[in-house]
This record gives sequence, C-alpha cells and structure tokens, in this order.
Amino acid sequence: MNVLEVRGLTKRFGGLVAVDDVSFDLGKGEFLALIGPNGAGKTTCFNMVNGYLRPDRGEVRLNGQDLIGVRPRKIVRMGVGRTFQITRTFLSMTVIENIQMALISHHRRMFDMLSRATRLYRDEAEALLRLVSMEDQAGRACSELAYGDLKRLELAVALAPDPTLLLMDEPTAGMAPSERVALMELTAKIVADRGVSVLFTEHDMDVVFAHAHRILVLNRGGLIAEGTGEEIRGNPLVQEVYLGGGTVFGESEADHA
Amino acid sequence: MGFYVAQLLTGLANASSLFLIACGLSIIFGVTRIVNFAHGSFYMVGAYLAYSIVALFPGSILGFWGGVIAAALIVGLLGLIVEMTILRRIYHAPELFQLVATFGVVLIIQDMTQAVWGAEDKLGPRAPGLDSALRIMGEPIPEYDLALILIGPAVLAGIWLVFHRTRWGVLVRAATQDREMVGALGVNQAWLFSAAFVLGAALAGLGGAIQIPREAVSLQMDLSVIGDAFVVVVIGGMGSVSGAFVAAVLISVLNAFAVLVFPQISIVLPFVVMAVVLIVRPYGLFGKEGSGHGAPTEPEQPLRLLSSRATLVLMALVFALAASPVMVSDFASILLVDVMVATLFAVSLHFMMGLGGMVSFGHAAYFGVGAYGAAMAVSYLGLSMIPAMIVGPLAAAAAALFFGWFCVRLSGVYLAMLTLAAAQILWGVTFQSQEFTGGDDGILGIWPASWASSDQAYFYVAFALCIGGIWFLRRVAHSPFGYGLRGIRDSDVRAEAIGMDVKFHQWMGFALAGTMAGVAGVVFVFSKGSVFPDVLGIAQSVDGLIMVLLGGIHALAGPILGAGVFVLIEDWVSRLDYWRFIFGMIILGVVLLAPDGVAGGVDRLLRALGLRREGQA
Repeated sequence: MNVLEVRGLTKRFGGLVAVDDVSFDLGKGEFLALIGPNGAGKTTCFNMVNGYLRPDRGEVRLNGQDLIGVRPRKIVRMGVGRTFQITRTFLSMTVIENIQMALISHHRRMFDMLSRATRLYRDEAEALLRLVSMEDQAGRACSELAYGDLKRLELAVALAPDPTLLLMDEPTAGMAPSERVALMELTAKIVADRGVSVLFTEHDMDVVFAHAHRILVLNRGGLIAEGTGEEIRGNPLVQEVYLGGGTVFGESEADHA
Repeated sequence: MGFYVAQLLTGLANASSLFLIACGLSIIFGVTRIVNFAHGSFYMVGAYLAYSIVALFPGSILGFWGGVIAAALIVGLLGLIVEMTILRRIYHAPELFQLVATFGVVLIIQDMTQAVWGAEDKLGPRAPGLDSALRIMGEPIPEYDLALILIGPAVLAGIWLVFHRTRWGVLVRAATQDREMVGALGVNQAWLFSAAFVLGAALAGLGGAIQIPREAVSLQMDLSVIGDAFVVVVIGGMGSVSGAFVAAVLISVLNAFAVLVFPQISIVLPFVVMAVVLIVRPYGLFGKEGSGHGAPTEPEQPLRLLSSRATLVLMALVFALAASPVMVSDFASILLVDVMVATLFAVSLHFMMGLGGMVSFGHAAYFGVGAYGAAMAVSYLGLSMIPAMIVGPLAAAAAALFFGWFCVRLSGVYLAMLTLAAAQILWGVTFQSQEFTGGDDGILGIWPASWASSDQAYFYVAFALCIGGIWFLRRVAHSPFGYGLRGIRDSDVRAEAIGMDVKFHQWMGFALAGTMAGVAGVVFVFSKGSVFPDVLGIAQSVDGLIMVLLGGIHALAGPILGAGVFVLIEDWVSRLDYWRFIFGMIILGVVLLAPDGVAGGVDRLLRALGLRREGQA
C-alpha cells in the first residue's frame, strides 16, 4: 500500500492558481523529489500535505487516513516528521535536549511537572544522535553549532517519533556543496535502513539526480513530468522549463515568418 | 437631543488631549520600538511648565497660547536630554530594559517636579478669550472645549503633512516599517531616533499644556494618563498616527456616553475596548505586523543543575533563613517575610517571562486577586486562615485562566499590553465595588490564626509557602513542562512540529505563574493585616519587572537575588526624602552599567574568584 496518496490537490490565492490538480503516490521506503523553478508551487504543495494550508480541492491520505482539515500537530502524531528550509531548533537547549524534547512530546509527557527533563529518554536520544554521527556533540549548546550540524540535528529530531513519512523542505538550502552530498547520503542511508518514506523539495539537481528514486516536476502549479532521473533528464518539456524559453521564442518567430 | 450633542462634544474635546499624548507615544514606539513609560511624565511636565509660563502674562491671549507652545518646546528639549543621555545607550538592549529604564525616568521626573513646584495641586487659569460658554441646542458648551475639538484634527493634519511631504517624515515612516532597512540605506539612525523622540515628547508636553484650563495640575497626572495613552496606541495600532486619532475619538466618545448608562465604567471601559479590539485585530485597528528586526538578542545558554558545592551553599542559606527568627529582631523578621513574598512574586513573573517569553505588564493582578480572595474569604465567608489561604490562590488561578486564554493568543508587546489591560480591569473593578472590596478603603483586620499570630510563628508560615513555592517553580523549570515553555519561546514552529499544543501549553504556563503570584499575595495579606487596591496597580507590576531585571532575566537565580536586593533597597531608600529620585537613579545605574543584572554581576565575581567554572550559567 502507498504511504501517501495525493489526488487532485488544488489551491488558489486570489486569482492565482498556485497548485492545480496535482496527484501523486509515495510508496513505502521511497525517496521522492519534488522539483520545479521558483514559484512552481512546491512549498504550497508541501504545506497542504503537512496541514498548514487547507486545499480548495483534493485529497491527501496517509496510510489510508484522510489528512484534510487535520491540525499540523495531529498530523505529526500520525507519523509525519518534518525538517525546515531554515532550521528551527530550540537554541537555548543542548543538542541532546532538542531530541529529548521531541521524544517527550511523542510519549505525551509534556505536562509532567516533576521529572527532570534532561533525564528522560536519554538512551533513545543518544541512539538517534549516533544515527546522524553527532554523539560527540550531545552536550553542546545548540546556539554554537555550525549550520550543517543543525541540519543533521533537525533530521534526528524529525526521526525521533519514528515517523512513516518524512517531509523535507529544501534540506540542503544554505549548505556548502560537500556538506550537501554528505547530508543526502546520510538521509538516503536512513531511508534504506528504516524503511521511512521521504518527500523532499530541492533546487540542487546534483542532489536530486544522485539520490531520488523518482522525481516529480512542477511548473506553474501543474505536474508536468514524473519519472526516474534518466526519464526526467530526457524529457523535452522539463528541459524547456529549466533551460528557458529559447524554443518558445523561436517557435513564435517561426509562426510570424 | 441637545444633551446628547453636548456629551458628544465633551467626548471630542477629551479626545484631543488624549490624541496628542498617544500619537507622540506611537511615533516613538514606531521608530525606536521603545515602550515609553516616561511619556506620562512629559505630559505632566508640560502642564506644570504651561501653568508657570502662562502665569507670567495674566489675561493675555498671546501669553496663554505662547506659554502653551513654549511649554511644549521645553518638554521637547527635555525629551532630547533623556534620549541622548539614557535611551541612546540601550537601543540594542532587550525591550524590558528599555521599559524599566523609562520607568526610572518616571520616578526621577516625579521627584524633580515635586522639588520645583511642590506637592499641592495647581489650578490653571482659564484661557483668555475662550472663558465663557456657548449655547448649542440649549446646552452650555465651554468655548475652550470647542477650541480643543479643532486642535486635535489640526495637529493630525500637521503631522500628516510632515510625514508625507518632507524627507524626514518619509524616513520616520520607513523606519516604522523596517528600521534595519533604513539603516542599511545609510540613514543616520541616531539622529532619526532623537528627532522622533523630541517630536513625541513635545506632543505629550502640548497635550499636558492645553489641559491646564480644564483640570488641576498634579503629581498624579503622569501615571494616570499613561494607561489610557497605552490603550489608545494599542487600539490604533503601534506606530500609526491616524490610528491613534481614531482610537482616541472612539474611546473618549464611547466613554462620554457610557458614563450616562453606567457611571462607574470610565476606569474600566478603555481597557475593555482594547481587549476586544486586540482579540479581533491582533495588531490594532491600523497596525501591521512589524518587521522581524528587533534588537538582536544573544542566545541563552542551556539550563544546568547546580554543582554540588553551589547546592551546599544554597542549602546553608535556606537553613540560615529558617533559623533567622531566633537570631534577629522581630523587625528584621517582618522584613524577611516581605523579602520572601517579593521573591515568590518575582520568581513567578520570571517563570512566565524568562522561561515562557511572555512579558507581563500586569502580573500584580494575580498577586492582588490572591490577596483579595483570601481577605474576602475571611471577612465574608468567615473562613479561618488555612482555608482562606487555599481560596486566595484558587481565585488567582481562575483569574489567570480567564485572562490568560485571551493573552496567549497574542505575542510580544501586544501580549504585554493585554496583560496590562487585564490588570487595569481587575484594579478598576476592585476599586469601584465598594460594597464587596471596600473600594479605596480596602479590607482591614485580616490577621493570622491565633497559633500563627506571633511574628516568629508567621515567619514560618511564610517560609513554608514562599520557599516551597519557589522550590516548586524551579522544579517545574527543569521539568518537561518548563522545557516545553522554553521551547515555545525559542521556536514556536519547531514546538508545533514535534507535536506540541503551543497555545494550550502557554495558557497553562500563564495560569501556573498567576497561581503562584496568588500564593505570594495570600502570604502578603496575612502579614500586613489589610489589603488595598494598589496591590493590583501598575506600580506593583513594575516593581516585579524591576526585580526580575535587577536580578538578570537569563538566570533562574536572577529573580531571587533581584527581589532580595529590591526590598532591601526600597526599605532603606523609602525612609529618605526624594527616595523616588534615588531609586530611579539606581534603576538607571543598573540598566546602563550592569545589563545582565545582579545575577550576572555575581556570576562574573564568582568566575573571577575561581569558584565557578567557565560555561556554567
């Protein structure tokens, strides 16, 4: 069965159709990329899947359960983890405390007023830190971390509640090229080991073609292509969208001639 | 019909003065992001100056209006001095520092005004040429009121012209939207800020000066006007001048008619209107969400448990406190009860403000509700001390749950303003419900049970409740609940993304802080034997803010040190003449010289002595 099923997703902002009738499936353990030029509707699409925006039309189902109208925090509880384009962490806490917080929330201990937060779920948190190779930084203040480390920490936080689906919005934005490759290799390995499904948006084509199992291409709100890296590379429509309107210009010249 | 027209005109005349003060406050906030408590002081000084200058030219029309304008200009100059000597140094400090610094200015100006003009109220002259009344639809309307009705829109038009037709005005509007961008474009921000502050101060001075024919000039003018001015600014939208005008008219006219139906409403009405407006439009009628560029804040260090040596020192101090009634005089043990009450109050405020990031300008409300709850339980229900001590915090919890539900829907300075509104509503209700709360006369004769009636015995009651409460709040700070509050403060987006219910969590944090303030209030009322409405007032709330600030907001120990230092200084200084002046100077000294507070200072001292390792907080 598919982990995520999206059918006929549509969102308008005033007169602009930001996302127009988008449908796709995401299988178990699949690493699916959503690409497209700026303004194509990637983030809008994302925000409808994770509950921050309510679509005008369409369906989103997670493991068969309807997600439309469900609050973001409930969607998290249904097994969807997410990372942000600009990292969002608790800067006044240490690295391991950030992960402990996610575990405390997952185990519904947030209103416990008497236990010491730093002593809860420590072993689980250490295991997650080992997963992203940050065990030697457990006690460091989050505010001192390098950006690439923050990104890895966010990945560990997102994995804490053992999600079935991970939504990653431009996971490598703002990182150095060598760090990008390392982060995506790590993510790909975790996807393979844990059987998590991942939907991610990305601008860096090297990252996309190196790791994605399948690629969706959005342009002006609509899905224009879907396939493996090879198929997408050879698709003339995608080439036209990405390499500019030279052909379109040429065609109209020809029409006038 | 004529009567209603007269009410309307009175309302509009009141609106003019209120608009002048509020628009100055709004301009200052818009450009500098400072919530200026001293604005009421500028208004008061304007009135006193106008009174003195106009008295030099009795009966002269030119002398009157010249005096009014001269007063406004001198207040503008006073604003320039305050800006250049104090505020310019703290533009990059957290908002709370700026707020408390301006409160220090309030205290200093209050005593300086008293030194110059004396403590008696001054009755200003009538405006020459405008000293009679016109009959409009059969009702007498003072001519001066009609002049005021014209002055408000005239000033609004003048400001509009300056803001839309001059380069400087355009810069002010640009800075209100995004001051960082204005700085990046190479504008000299220091002069822009000074000029905006001078304009705002002069407008407040003008607002005070034109009031002299209508009301007595007194030393209470500053704090009595500031609450209404805040309300007008918030309703209109921070930084919006036309919003301030609409809000001033709305409040004044509503008030003029509401008093006909329900004469006691005038104290509460502005705050009720503000609460309603903020819930419907969180940034006020004409306000927009400000740019995210506030003062850059240094990230806070992670919480750490005390080292074993520090724990021993702390235990020793607590034991010394427990043993103190045997060793010190009764007078000192009464003072120590005051310190413990203030400490629990400050710790509860720090819990919601420091950990939760919810700055409250009205935390005294829950202290006061706790105190009144217990006092009323004794005087009306005839309960004894222990049950009354349970009723008080429950009443505070109920009040905090009620008002907190509204407050947590907002954030930043708007949240702070709504807490102020909540406190003023509670204060107004307490002040006016003569038959239940005794009004201004308070409730007297609330003494401890006979077994706890000696100073020593009551010391231990206070010790158990206050030290217990402080211990509990510290425990909660280290618990998942306290970590959750800090997490929301750090990043509400991340908190939601790990599945937290952000608003509910903040609501519960607000309620817990209010309940513990109520516990402090209960200990307070039985130690004093009486309670008066000023326990819910602005001054009491600001005392709490000063304690937290004195101690340093970033340390859990901060409010404990701050409250201790505050009560001891207050006890010493309040016996001196001009204690407000001295106290204001101390506040400014701390803000300018030791921005991390007493806890920061002690921390530096410990490090210098090698008693504490680097990196511990």
